[in-house]
Amino acid sequence: MDGTTARTLNYAEAIREAMAMAMEADPAVILMGEDIGVYGGAFQVTLDLIDRFGPDRVMDTPISELGGAGVAVGAAMTGLKPIFEFQFSDFAGLAMEQIVNQAAKMRYMLGGEASVPLVFRMPAGSGTGAAAQHSQSLEAWFGHVPGLKVVQPSTPAGAKGLLLAALADPDPVLIFEHKLLYKMKGEVPSGYYVTPIGKASVARPGTDLTIVAGAIMLHRALEAAEKLAADGMEVEVVDLRSIRPIDHATILASVRKTGRLLVVYEGVKSYGVGAEISAMVAESDAFDYLEAPILRLGGAEAPIPYNPDLERLAVPQANTIEAAA
Amino acid sequence: MHIADIKTGNLGANGIVGGGLPIAVGSALSAKRLGKSDVAVCFFGDGAGNEGAFHEALNMAAIWKLPVIFVCENNKYGMSTSVERSTAVKNVADRAVAFAMPGITVDGNEFSAVAEAVHLAIVRARAGPSLIENLTYRWRGHSKSDRNRYRTKEEIEGWMARDPIARFRSDLIAHGILDEAGAGAIAAEAVAQVQAGIDFAKASPAPDLADVTRYVYAAA
Repeated sequence: MDGTTARTLNYAEAIREAMAMAMEADPAVILMGEDIGVYGGAFQVTLDLIDRFGPDRVMDTPISELGGAGVAVGAAMTGLKPIFEFQFSDFAGLAMEQIVNQAAKMRYMLGGEASVPLVFRMPAGSGTGAAAQHSQSLEAWFGHVPGLKVVQPSTPAGAKGLLLAALADPDPVLIFEHKLLYKMKGEVPSGYYVTPIGKASVARPGTDLTIVAGAIMLHRALEAAEKLAADGMEVEVVDLRSIRPIDHATILASVRKTGRLLVVYEGVKSYGVGAEISAMVAESDAFDYLEAPILRLGGAEAPIPYNPDLERLAVPQANTIEAAA
Repeated sequence: MHIADIKTGNLGANGIVGGGLPIAVGSALSAKRLGKSDVAVCFFGDGAGNEGAFHEALNMAAIWKLPVIFVCENNKYGMSTSVERSTAVKNVADRAVAFAMPGITVDGNEFSAVAEAVHLAIVRARAGPSLIENLTYRWRGHSKSDRNRYRTKEEIEGWMARDPIARFRSDLIAHGILDEAGAGAIAAEAVAQVQAGIDFAKASPAPDLADVTRYVYAAA
């Protein structure tokens, strides 16, 4: 980060500031998505940007996720730098073809001749009472695809820095924005800076247990760590930030230090981010430092329920993290 | 299948039926936003006309009035399934009505008919997209596993007799633009060019096995 003044912004405002900054600096940057213009986007992240940059650069698309994503891929290949907003990341299900078969593979299949500098914004996660088709955490789906990069900011400053890093990246990046974080406030530097893709960060140092968590789960893990500290357990909390590429070094160093690992994530527990991190530790020398089996705390093996009590129960909460630790 | 030449504006054939349609619309968006005079020309088959991507791509090209020409090569079959069995409209170009753009069906084996339709679409392209359907035929099987059980020998031979290259050659000779020797020289040159490509490919070294992950991402 540079030495510019920090102010308090919420996560949505920080993302908006990053987009506006990029659009001011580079006329090739355009926004595309459903209802992102006058409406300001379903979560108001693009609010008023159409007034500043006009409808040619803040483009409302029809409800055509597959086609829209494909237009963004084609535009990215030919000189524009689109930021494509999925209204809910769940709707990326309609656009898997363009994300996975096209954007991710274009450079490889064309021997490095093509570039797809494209950012997909992915509002994600549960906790809003929006039920099973508007609440998923699908990061792991995309983490499975070589050619994509997948990040998951947990703070307003991280959201701005990761979005600016995604825009500066010559490859397609998916940025998973947790809906419950949009209103979270934090200090955000006013100038241009990037938060590097592929780097985790130690959010709270500790000696007794490592918890790796991202997005909203970072905050729940920090809350649990605070309570555990009162009982004399010093938890090290690692903010995952980047799912693909994943930061082996930071996670392994923490596990070597604490000898215990708990991975917390909102996506369905099986075949997910937790499996990847657990296997990574098990396959490394950090395994020799483990004093207890690795534990995963993930989402229930079910769609996100509509009932608020069940919805809470379906994903890790601060108290369940505390209990698992 | 995966032939491209990005530097000259060829964004490539696509392994996914219909995959290239929205990408072509995106390239037309770039041309318009970046103030270039380029026109995107998007080739696809009758089978792709039944993909959702076709409908979404044509709709967006029309609402944003983008310089793109959708060229359907209707060769009567998507692999083994005929247009009659797969497509509700008689002609793929009939679907242009749904996107408020000009749609025309031409004899795709007639050089001048195709050239005229494309010329008119290019002249119009600054005002918006067009859909051109070329009626043509696939002589050979879809792939090595194709035993042609879905069509007759007579049908295949009937279309082979309407070879667009042979027809164009006769037209040029009939109009005195080429003579037999000149036409033969062009054909020989084309064969030599393809042969040179094959020779180059066969003579080129196999890739280094260490390069399996090269180009997954841009070099750091």
